[in-house]
Formats: sequence, structure tokens, C-alpha cells
Amino acid sequence: MDTVNAIELKNICKYFGEVIANKDISLEVRKGEILSLLGENGSGKTTLMNMLAGIYFPDEGEIFVDGKEVKITCPADAFELGIGMIHQHFKLIETFTAAENIILGLPGAEIIKMNEVIDKINDLVNRYSFELDPTKKIYNMSVSEKQTVEIVKMLYRGANILILDEPTAVLTPQETDRLFDVLRNMRNDGKAIIIITHKLHEMLSLSDRVAVLRKGEYIRTVQTKDATELSLTEMMVGEKVTLDIGRKEPHDIVKRLEVKNLKCVDKNNVTTLDNVSFDVYGGEVLGIAGIAGSGQKELLEAIAGLQKVESGSIVYCGDNGEETELIGKNPLEIRNVGVALSFVPEDRLGMGLVANMDLADNVMLRSYREGKSSFVNRKDPRKKTEEIVDELKVVTPSISTPIRKLSGGNVQKVLVGREISNAPSVLMTAYAVRGLDINTSYTIYHLINEQKDHGTAVIYVGEDLDVLLELADRILVLCAGKVTGVVDARSVTKEQVGLMMTKHTEEVM
Amino acid sequence: MNIILIILKRIFTVTFIQKAVTQGIPMLFGASGEIMTERSGNLNLGIPGIMYMGGVGGLVGAFIYEQSVATPNGWIGVLCALIVSILFSLAGGLIYSILTITLRVNQNVSGLALTTFGVGFGNFLGGSLSRISGTAGQVSVYVTGMTFRTKIPFLSDHLGIVSDILFSYGFLTYLSIILAVFLTWFLFKTRRGLNLRAVGEDPAAADAAGINVIRYKYVATCTGSIISGLGGLYFVMEYLGGTWQNNGFGDRGWLAVALVILALWKPARAIWGSILFGGLYILFAYIPFGEAAQEIFKMLPYVVTIIVLVLSSVRNSKENQAPKSLGLSYFREDR
Repeated sequence: MDTVNAIELKNICKYFGEVIANKDISLEVRKGEILSLLGENGSGKTTLMNMLAGIYFPDEGEIFVDGKEVKITCPADAFELGIGMIHQHFKLIETFTAAENIILGLPGAEIIKMNEVIDKINDLVNRYSFELDPTKKIYNMSVSEKQTVEIVKMLYRGANILILDEPTAVLTPQETDRLFDVLRNMRNDGKAIIIITHKLHEMLSLSDRVAVLRKGEYIRTVQTKDATELSLTEMMVGEKVTLDIGRKEPHDIVKRLEVKNLKCVDKNNVTTLDNVSFDVYGGEVLGIAGIAGSGQKELLEAIAGLQKVESGSIVYCGDNGEETELIGKNPLEIRNVGVALSFVPEDRLGMGLVANMDLADNVMLRSYREGKSSFVNRKDPRKKTEEIVDELKVVTPSISTPIRKLSGGNVQKVLVGREISNAPSVLMTAYAVRGLDINTSYTIYHLINEQKDHGTAVIYVGEDLDVLLELADRILVLCAGKVTGVVDARSVTKEQVGLMMTKHTEEVM
Repeated sequence: MNIILIILKRIFTVTFIQKAVTQGIPMLFGASGEIMTERSGNLNLGIPGIMYMGGVGGLVGAFIYEQSVATPNGWIGVLCALIVSILFSLAGGLIYSILTITLRVNQNVSGLALTTFGVGFGNFLGGSLSRISGTAGQVSVYVTGMTFRTKIPFLSDHLGIVSDILFSYGFLTYLSIILAVFLTWFLFKTRRGLNLRAVGEDPAAADAAGINVIRYKYVATCTGSIISGLGGLYFVMEYLGGTWQNNGFGDRGWLAVALVILALWKPARAIWGSILFGGLYILFAYIPFGEAAQEIFKMLPYVVTIIVLVLSSVRNSKENQAPKSLGLSYFREDR
């Protein structure tokens, strides 16, 4: 074909100090196609895309847009060329309305005519069938609404090349489907779309071609129709892999937690958990399924002592048969009993890690109280950190690097690794693989299986139903704060669980 | 009860209101300038120092002019004072901008250092002028000072009490109110205002939207300094009548910074806020409890600021908070 490439990258290199983020990358994107960018966490995908968006400037190499060589020195240059990037962490002003965010930084008449702006936004919204209220403030929006604002913002600027960095990491399956419909509409409109995602099945269903990066280097581009999950993973990792969670039959199960008639309300007096009862056993994985915001977070926090409980009881059963009521204890006491929580929030850093502290200090947050000396023991946490870095293959210059300098996936490995390394008797983990590449995800699954084998009771809150069905032994389904079923993960089907997840929402709506 | 009546009687007088306004105007200039600066994410604690610099600048300009001609013209003196005052404040703003925006030095430290510098700079220049200006040991730019005090003709003497309360001030008073209204309109109705607020809230987001963050920060901080400096000029010219008194400006600069919080980062709200602060600032002189009690009443403006802080955080409205990235420096490639 003699069509001009929308973007062509030639021998792009980017270094951060001694770290090589991108090395000699050449890549092209055609008009009217969706290109997936695949690579492990820290393989340089986001860095590469940031150079197209004008956030970073390449140290070496050339960029061609529509066949002409260009220099993109700042985001305004990128807009000029019709390149729009939707960052993983949204670049929106919380206190502004959607419309204000959309026109931000644009040239035009000095006095803003908001009505005209809103009309123009509504035109775009209708054309690609988005759902958006331009006068709504960002801080009142859900994650998916914010993402819509970002996409409309780029289209409003006349973007013909759209880059999306892990757009589905925080979306529900329904929201993801809606996003993909919109993206297909845009492709058919002749726009070029680059999408970074770790969810291989999404990539296979959406994209036309897949480009693979490994450790900052370009491997190759393949047609999506010729690729499978396994072939892509092997290309990405660079060696043979097996995609098998490897669930074992549980053995020596003992009751660890007994939750009875648990009820929680939030500060607006809305019931978040209603009459929730279930048991948790050591030596098995209890999966928790539910649409985002069905009470998963509240449930884990109630057990960990971070959430006020209206009524009900949570009893911990010790090895010697003694029973401890957890409600009324503070988080530290509950942790000392042996209940650990690793919650990965949407913004990853929000809960559990301190961005400006280094890896070892963050690991130490869990152990600094140990010992009688008034000085902290730094040696053990450092050793532990090195083990986590080794075992989970955390990409970091050293364990003395501030956490904020790590890429998103690596941050998460530290968070999950720290909780597991303390050998708790009940391990609660929520969204442990959010935003992680497939290979690392499997590392985490194996760690969870290992914990289960050691007799730990694992509570796993996940978004991916396929994984839940393969990893968990039993699945508890939550819907609008109520338990709609506890099922055997080996015999239930995805459709059945999906149905239970939405049982009550239809009545509510 | 009697005591309250006595205080009220003393307060509800034309002179008290006039004095409250006179005390408030420097704070209004200071707060308007600081609001512009803070809206760009820069917490310029150098404002009290910059107000000293702006004040002494005006004095230097007028002094040089009045010394160089035999019969000085008041309005040319005003012009000279304005120009030099603006230049001095701009210099202060530039020092702060280069330190915090380009070199990304800690904003609190730079600001406090600048205040210390500005106060010393003002006292040094003002004190030196007093020394060289002759026998009385007191510098005076009388002609210029009186011109700054010129009232609006007709309106200021034909409307009785209305004239006294509303029209008995020099032109800088009206300029400060017009500026505060204009800046509010600018911040909330114009494109550049929108961009500026975005820079203060989240510079990374503003940058990604194609806004030149560095330029906005520089322009806002320097303009803010100039506006604040006019507060110092007002104090030296209209309040003191064109003379210098070491440390005479006192802690009004800090009150201006507190006023920013009281006004919840909206210049128009600082108008009534400044008059309230001006009144509270002199209220101690109207309390019939003797001198010891007066010191307690000097706390009033600060107590009010704390109450406003508490109330606004209880109400938890996201729009009425400080700009989110206030006090943080911005570097695009930082992670």
C-alpha cells in the first residue's frame, strides 16, 4: 500500500541518567489502524509514548508525522501535529468542569463563551457516542467519566493520532466494552490509535497489529490475527513461558475467620455492606467478585480495622482454638494477630507506600516497631527488600531509589511483595495485578498459591473473572453490598458469576 | 453591657471607618498580588519584604525628582514614584521567581529570606535618605505625598457623610478596589485566567494541555509582586504623606498574606476582608481596658483568619481551598 504512515519513529533512544529507557526503537503507525504496544512493566512503552506527546524529548533518533520529520519539544507541539495522549494518571484539574478542562490551554477569544464550547463538545460527544456532561466537575466523576473527558479533550483539539496508556486498567468490563466501541468508531473515521494495555485478550480483540518492546528495545510488530496470548507473552518475555496458574487442591483446611451479619455505612449514611456473612479457611483462596464499588473495599477494610462497623462480628480463630473478636481492635492489633491487607488502589501509591521514601524504607514501614532498641533495625528490612526485588524482578536502579521514580507496575510489586513477605495467617489482597504485565501477574498468582500451600487463608479481590475462576477455590459474589452467593470456583461458569454480580443492580436502577 | 456600648459608640463613627479603610488598603494590594502569585502555585512569603521594597522605591523616585527641580510638580512626582516603586517590586519578584521557578529552591525558605532582605533593604534606603535629606533627620517628599492624597473633586465634599465615607481617599484606594474586581474577573472569566488557575492546581496537567507553565508562573509572580508593592507605596505616600519611618509598615505584610486565606483566593472578597482587617487592626485603640489588654486585641485579625480556615475546611468545598500544588516546584521530566 502506498498510504503515508501517520507516525514513523526511527532509531529513538532515551536515557534517564544511567538508565536506558528506550534504545534504538523504530516503529510505524498507519492511519485507520489500532496498534497495541506490548511489553513488561518498565520496558519503556510509556516513555516512548511520552516522547510523542512532548513530555520527554528523545536523546537520539527521528520522528516523522505524515511523512515529514518533526521536533516535538513540548505538549503544544504535539497538539499542533494532531497527537493526543491520554495518560495513565489523568491530567485533569479536579476543581474544573469537564468543559473547562477540555478548552484548557487552547488559543481563542480571551473572554470564554462557555455556551459555544459546550455546544461543540456535545457535537463531538454525539458523533462518537460518548456519554458526558460538560458542566460536571471532575471531582464528582467516576474514573471512566474522567477518561471520557480526556478522550474528548484530545478530539476537541483535532487529534488524529490518539495514544492511550493503559486505558482499561481501572475500568469495569462494561465500561471497557463501551470504550472499545468508541475506539473502533474512531479507527473507522481514519484516526490512528496506539494503545498500551496488559490485558492480552483485550489487545487481541481490539487491535490490528501488535508491537512488542522488551527492556527498552524494539522486538517486532505482528498482525494481531496471527498472534495468540502465548506467542505474544513469549515475545515479550523473551523465553518460553507457560500460562498456567497451577491451582492445587486445598489441603489441611482450618477455619480462620468467621464473619457474621456484617453491616457498614459510609459517612453519607448509605449502607455499603449489608448483612454479610461468610467463613474464610486457611489453606484456600477465597475470591471476591463484584462490580467495582460493590463493597469489596469496605469489606477488606472492616476486617483490617480501617472501617467503622455498624453491627455484626468478625471472629479470628487461632491455631489453638481460641477465638478473638476483631471488631473494636485497632489496625495494629489486628495486624499483630496475623491479618494482613495489601490493597492496590486506583492510583497505586495512595495506600500503603510513601512516594518519597526508598524501597527499603517502605518495606520497613511494616517492621520498624519490632525490637526493644530505640534505634530501628535497618539490616533486616534491606535484606527483605532485596529478596522482594529478586523474586518479583522489580526493575529499579537500587533499593535506595525513591518509590516514586519506579514505573507503576514495579511500585505494585513492592507493595504486594511486602505484605506476602511477612507471612501472615490471613492475607487479603485487592487488585494485586492491577496494571501489571501478564508475566508479573503470573508471578503474583504463584506467590498466592504458595501462600495457600503454606496454610495461609487468602482473600483475593479481583476484577478479571477468568483469573478468579482459575485461581480461587471458592468465590464470594458481592452485589451492592450484599452477598449474592458463595460458589465453588471449579464448577461455576463465568456467566453464572456475572449474573450474580448484577442481580440487584437492575432492581436498583 | 456598658463596655460593649462604649466600644460600639466609638466604632460607629466616620473617622473609625475612614481609618479602617486607610489601614486596609495596603493589605488589599498585598493580598491581591499574593493571590495572583498563589494562583500560579507559588507561595510567595516574600510579599511583606516586597511591600517594603515597593514603598521605599516610591520614596526614592519622588525624592530624586523633587531634589532635581526647583519647584516640583506633584503629578510628575507621582509618576516617578510609581515607576521606581514598580521597578523595585519587580526586582523582588524576579529574585523570587528565578530562585523558585528556574532553580526550584524551596519556596518557603526563599520567601522568608526575601522578606528579611526586603525589610532591611527598605530600612537601609529609607534611613539613608533621612540622613542625607537635611537638618530634621526626616526625609520628606511633601509635594508628591500631598498629590497622592488628592481627593476626587466635587464628590469628596458635596455629599455630606457619603463623601466622608466613600470619597475621602486618594486615587490609590480606588485603584486597589478596581484592581481587585478586575483580577477576579480575569481569573474566572478569561482564558488566561483559566490557564493560570490550572497551573496552580496541577502544573503537570496544565503542561500536558499545552500551557507554558514556566511563563505563567513568572508572569503571575512578577505581576503579583508589583501589585503588592503598590501597597507599600500607598503606605509611604498616602498614609505617611511622603516620608519614611523605619519598620513603620510593621506586620501589615503578614496580614496581607493572612487576608489571602480570609478571601479564599478571590481578590474581590479581599475588598471587604481588607476593611475588616483594617478595623480589627486598630480596634485595640478603642478598647477601654488599658494598655495591657490592647496587646490581646492586636491578635484579632489572626484569630479571624484561623476561624475562617476552620470554617472553610469544615465546609470542605473543593473550590474554596488553596491551589492544590501551592508551594511545590514543577519540573516536567520529574516523576
